[in-house]
Amino acid sequence: MQHGTIVAGFGGQGILFCGHVLAQAALIEGREVSWMPSYGPEMRGGTAYCTVIVSDRPIGSPMVDAADSAIVLNPPSLAKFEPVIARGGLIVVNSSLVEAIPARTDIESLLLPCTQIAREAGDDLLVSMVALGGLIARRPIVGQDSVHAALRDLLSGKKAHLIEADSAAFERGYAAGMRGSTQELDNRVLVDVWR
Amino acid sequence: MSAMATTQLAPKRVLMKGNEAMAEAAIQAGCDAYFGYPITPQAEILELMARRMPEEGRVFIQAESELGAINMALGAAATGARVLVSSSSPGISLMAEGMSYMAGSEVPMVLINVMRGGPGLGSIGPSQSDYFQAVKGHGHGDYKVPVLAPASIAEAVALMADAFELAERYRTPVIVLADGTLGQAMEPVSPAYRDPARLQTDWNLTSTNGEREPRVVRSLHLRPEELQEHNTHLQAKFAQIAEREVRFATERIEDADIVIVAYGTAARIARTAMERGRSKGLRIGIFRPITLWPFPTAELVAATEGKRGILTVELSSGQMVEDVRLAIEGRLPVHFLGRQGGVLPSPNEVLEACRKMVAP
Repeated sequence: MQHGTIVAGFGGQGILFCGHVLAQAALIEGREVSWMPSYGPEMRGGTAYCTVIVSDRPIGSPMVDAADSAIVLNPPSLAKFEPVIARGGLIVVNSSLVEAIPARTDIESLLLPCTQIAREAGDDLLVSMVALGGLIARRPIVGQDSVHAALRDLLSGKKAHLIEADSAAFERGYAAGMRGSTQELDNRVLVDVWR
Repeated sequence: MSAMATTQLAPKRVLMKGNEAMAEAAIQAGCDAYFGYPITPQAEILELMARRMPEEGRVFIQAESELGAINMALGAAATGARVLVSSSSPGISLMAEGMSYMAGSEVPMVLINVMRGGPGLGSIGPSQSDYFQAVKGHGHGDYKVPVLAPASIAEAVALMADAFELAERYRTPVIVLADGTLGQAMEPVSPAYRDPARLQTDWNLTSTNGEREPRVVRSLHLRPEELQEHNTHLQAKFAQIAEREVRFATERIEDADIVIVAYGTAARIARTAMERGRSKGLRIGIFRPITLWPFPTAELVAATEGKRGILTVELSSGQMVEDVRLAIEGRLPVHFLGRQGGVLPSPNEVLEACRKMVAP
C-alpha cells in the first residue's frame, strides 16, 4: 500500500504542521514515510503546500505526480491541485473559504467547512487539523489513535497545552467526514457536510 | 529484560529533515568545528549547528562570507580537528580556492553541498548541476576529492560518519553532495550514529612543547620539481582511493533489460519509474553510484553487461552521463533524461524514456 497526499493552503493555516502530523502518525505505525515541503521563495499569506507519502515499502520519488488525496484549504490550492489527483482519489475542500466545487467527475470530493468547524472548536488556527480528520475519515491512511499520539509527540514541552485542542479539532473533522452524506451532482461524487 | 535489550539494539526511528539529520550526524560523528554562511536550501544545517555545537562545547562560527568560512576551516583542519563546512551551489563556488588549498595541503575536512539550480544565483529548487564541479576536483590544480551522494536521509546520516573517516584516512577534503529535496524533506532516521575512531597523526599543527621539530602544512611548493613530486604523491593517493573506496547500490538489476543510472533524488524518482514499468512488464533496474568520485566504472560495466541499454537520469543538462559513457565505451546505447533549474522529472517521463528505448 502506498498513499500520496498533498496538503495545501495559505501560509499560517498549519499546512506544513498538518503534513508533519500525518507523517509522524505513519512513523508511529512503523511505516515508510516522506514529507516534502514546498520551499520556494514563499511570502506570508501566500500559498504553501507539502507532500506526504505513506507506504509499506521503500519510497521512491518524494514528490507525487498523481496524488491519492489532497487537502485544499484555500481557493488557489483547489485550482492548483485538483488536476493532479489520481482517478478515484479524494479531495478535501475547505468549503468555508472555497466556494467553487471541484469539477472532476472521477474523484471524490469532501466539502468540509473546516474553518467554521475550527472556529466552533475554539480557534481558526485549528483548520488543518479539522481537514486532516475529514481526510482520515474517508481514507484511513493511518489510525486515529496514531494521529493523537503524533500530536503528543510533536506538541511536547512548551506546546503541550495545545494537544487537547488539536486532538479535539481532529475528532470534529473526523466525525464530520464520517457523517457527510454522499450525493451525486452532475456525475460528481460530493460528500457535503455543509448542507 | 529481553524487551529492553531489543529496544537498545533498535533505536526508535525519528522523522528528521535532511539538513538537520546531516548536521546532527556530524555532531554525533565527533565534529569539532563548523564554519558556514547561510544560504537556501541548506540553512537548517547552519541553524542546527548554531544551537547544538555550543551545547556540546564545540566551535560554531557563522563567518562573514563563504570565503571566510572555508579558510577558517583550513586553519582548524590543519590542527587535526574534525571540521565541517556546508553551503549550497553559489556558496560552494566561492569556496573553490580554499578547497584546492586543502587538497594540496592534505588536510581532512567534510563539505556538504545541498545543490540548487544554477548557473549564477540560479534558483533555490533542487538540482544536481554541480556534479562536474564536485567530481572534477572543485578548485584549481590537479586533484580530486571523494564525493558521497546519499539518496535518502537515512543514508545521508550514515554517510556523514563515513565522510569524516575517509577524510582522515586519506588526509583529504570529502564532499557530501545532496540536493534541495534531500535537504528539505523529512524521512525516518534511526539515530544509530557513529563516531569514527581518531587516527594517530604526525602531520597536524599542535604545540611542539619544545620537544620536536615544527611541522608545516602548506600547498606552496615553489620549485617545480618539488611540486611535481608532491603531485605524484597526491596522484598515487587518488589511485589508492579509486581502487579501494568505490561504492554503489543496485535495485532489481539481475533480470533488467534497461538500467537506469542515477544518484540522489534522481535515483528515487527512477525507483518510482522502475516500479511502474515493472508493473507493466518493462524490466527496469537501477544502478546507483554512491561515490561519484571515485566513479564505479568497472562495476557499472559488469552490472550492465548484456543489457539492452542505459538511461542516465539527472537533475542537470547531462553531467554524470559523461562518466557513464566513458565507462561504457560504446558497448551499449547510453541515453539521457535531465531536468534543469530546480525542476524534477516526473516518474512517468522517466518511464516514457525507458519505453522508447525498447520500442521496435
